[in-house]
Formats: sequence, structure tokens, C-alpha cells
Amino acid sequence: MIKIIDFGLGNILAFFNMYKRLNVDASIAKTADDLRGASKLVLPGVGAFDHAMQLLNRSGMRERLDELVLGQRVPVLGICVGMQILANSSDEGQDRGLGWVPGSVKGFKALQQPDLILPHMGWNDVEPKAGSRLFVGLEADARFYFLHSFYFHCDRQDDVAATSGYGIDFSCAVHADNVYGVQFHPEKSHHFGAQLLKNFADL
Amino acid sequence: MLRPRITPCLLVHDGGLVKTARFKDPKYVGDPINAVKIFNEKEADELIVLDIDATVGKREPNFRLIAQFAAECRMPLCYGGGIKTVEQAKRISGLGVEKIAISSAALENPSLIGAIAEEIGSQSVVVVLDVKKRVFGRGYEVWTHNGKKGTGRSPVEVAQEAAQLGAGEILINSIDDDGQMKGYDLGLARAVREAIRLPMTMLGGAGSLADIGQLISTCGVVGASAGSLFVFKGPYKAVLISYPAQAQKEELIRAALART
Repeated sequence: MIKIIDFGLGNILAFFNMYKRLNVDASIAKTADDLRGASKLVLPGVGAFDHAMQLLNRSGMRERLDELVLGQRVPVLGICVGMQILANSSDEGQDRGLGWVPGSVKGFKALQQPDLILPHMGWNDVEPKAGSRLFVGLEADARFYFLHSFYFHCDRQDDVAATSGYGIDFSCAVHADNVYGVQFHPEKSHHFGAQLLKNFADL
Repeated sequence: MLRPRITPCLLVHDGGLVKTARFKDPKYVGDPINAVKIFNEKEADELIVLDIDATVGKREPNFRLIAQFAAECRMPLCYGGGIKTVEQAKRISGLGVEKIAISSAALENPSLIGAIAEEIGSQSVVVVLDVKKRVFGRGYEVWTHNGKKGTGRSPVEVAQEAAQLGAGEILINSIDDDGQMKGYDLGLARAVREAIRLPMTMLGGAGSLADIGQLISTCGVVGASAGSLFVFKGPYKAVLISYPAQAQKEELIRAALART
């Protein structure tokens, strides 16, 4: 069963409702015990990087998650800040990230493009890397809703699963082994997002 | 390519969905949750829901109703009305609302903008400015409490201040144009657009998709919000919820951006 991780951030219900509509078994996990029987993990998150890490570390689920993801190789999908905390660090804060996808999170502001309107807000095109299983059926036309001021920079080019353009081409989806992450909001991206969440469920 | 956003705005009054004209005469147009369901089916870019009773009636936000909206809404949701504290904003964000709109509280206590941004992230803080043309002289003034209290301040000045304090988006709501369906105030839109480097959304005046096209041609990638346009049909304003189809929207955006 897919477990949607509720550590106090992000739109947990939106994911739950979306999977209900897709007829996919999913439940919300608030404790380490709730994570029992997880076949997939969804890790939402909004807000600031450090705040997200602190809440996750204090949630009582951190150790079990490390064991599931790193030990048992259970597929996990991080969303928005839930994706950013997959990195080792972020320019937005001082805390260490989960380090499940080697990389760091950077701010669009540091690009020093004075005309770039921030945050990056709205629907933008997404270019999946050929063969990406997260984007099956979305190869020709993928567009998603973004709302962020920081982006994921992968240490290894191979971990970039899709890119989008805003000031620069940035990695809006990452994939390393059983760890997946998307910067945009599939739970709020209509049929595009439903397809992506279904693809993750079908992995 | 980042696209301009075309965003229906729903006003909630006495638990029902209404549409006003120049912030007066709320006309009942239906059930708000049902409207959300229709906009889900039509795949609207985003949705704005404003409770027009909360601040005036000195009420707390209706958390139960907000939870219903958030659970039902399959597009990004912006909610405003009666939010006065960081705690309220956090609670609404926790219910699954992507953007929290503040207006009168932000004008009375500007430090609230930064305090909320600190907790839920600046990308989720929308400052709404209800704007009216000044009666004497030139320029515009920001009003609060459904257009009943003047602040004496200009929208450009307040928008710049809000941007500095940590707002993530400015929503300009033109009182003069509300429900008039004669087009956006493009001069006002241009003035605010040139003054800030934040996403901006205009509300008030859209009567046709061509009006939205004009706003995009004037401001580039911008939020174009509308109430009447998406809830009324025909000269007698029969209630009928509508929203442009994907292909129609793409064509509109493409043509409008080519004219910027």
C-alpha cells in the first residue's frame, strides 16, 4: 500500500483524494507504526527547507524511513519541498537534507537575473528525459503547476529525470535508484498530475 | 514556457456563492463546492476563494468550509477572508490551501506579511489590494473592509512595501471595475507591474476572453482573474459556470503574448 507521509507539512489530503479517485490503495502515515506494510512512499512538503527537515526529524518516522528507502529500497516520491529535502543541503537553510539524491538546492535569486519574477508561479512545460517511467504517457505534452523560489541541482547529470525552463533550465524532477522527486505539484496539476501519480503507483 | 494564469475568483457570502458589482449587491449564483467541482472538470489554472463576510463581520475564517474547499479542489487554491494571525494562516495552510490571501490585516499590521511568510513560505502569501480611483485628483487608493475604509495609500506604494516584507504575490482587485465586465484597468495593471518583481494577478472588469488577452498583452506573464466572466452568460446574466477549453486558452495566450 502507498503511504502518504504526514509530518505536518503539505497537502496530505490532496494526495489521498487523488489516489482514491485513481482506485489506488493509499493511506496516511503519521507514525513509524503507520509505515508498516508500505510498498511506496509519498513525501509531500511545503515551506522552508530547515523547517521541513526539523519536522521530519522530530516526527518519529525518520529512522524507519531511512530503513525503508535505503535498506529495503521502497520507492519514494518527494514533492515540492519534499523533493528538495532529498538533497544533501540547501542554500535556503543550514540543516542537512536526507541525502537520498546527491545534490544541493539553490535559489533562483542567486542567478542575479533582475527581470526574473519570483517565485516561479504557475503552469510551465516539463521536458522528461527519454524513458523516464514517471512520465509515461506525458512525453509529448507535460505541464505542471509550480510554486517555488529554490530548485534542485543534481550532482550527477544522470539523476535528472526532467527539466523545466525559468531563467535557466533546472531539474524539476530527479530520479536515483528507488528515489524520485518532483518540484511541481502533481496533486494540483489536473490530468497531467493524475497521470504522474498513477505512473508512480504503477512502478 | 511559463504561462499566464487564468483564474476564476469565487466570492463566499452567507455560505453561498455570490457575485457583486462594485463590491455591492451580492447576487446569489450557487453552491460554492459545486462550483469547485465544475472548475475541476474544466481544468482551471487556479482558483481564488474570498470570504467577503469574515473581516467585515469580525469573524474567524470558516475552517470547516475551507477544509471542504481544499479537499475538493484539484487545482491550486488561494483563500482569503478574515485572516488576522500567523496561527490562522498556518492552520489554513495545513488544511491544504496553497496560497493564503491577506488584505486588511496586512494593511493594519504590515509585519504580519513577514511573520506568515516565515512560517509557510513567502511563495504562499498573497497580499490583496482593493483599489479605487481617487475622487479628486489623480491616481488610486487602497481600500479595505469591502471598500468601506480608505487607507489613503497608493497601490504601487503598498505593493512595493508588501514585496519587501515577504509577500509572494500581489492581487489587485479593482473596486470600480468589479462586475462591470468592460475590461481590466490596464493603466492600473501596468503601473503595478512596473513597480514590483513579484507575480501579480488582476481582478475586476473582465467581460470576455479578449479582455484577458489585452491584460496579457499589457503585462506579459500575469494572473488574469475573473468572477462574472466565469459565472454569468448572456446579456441577462444567467448563471452558467464556464471556463475556456485547453486549446482555446493556449491560442489566447499565444496570440496575446505575441502582442506584448
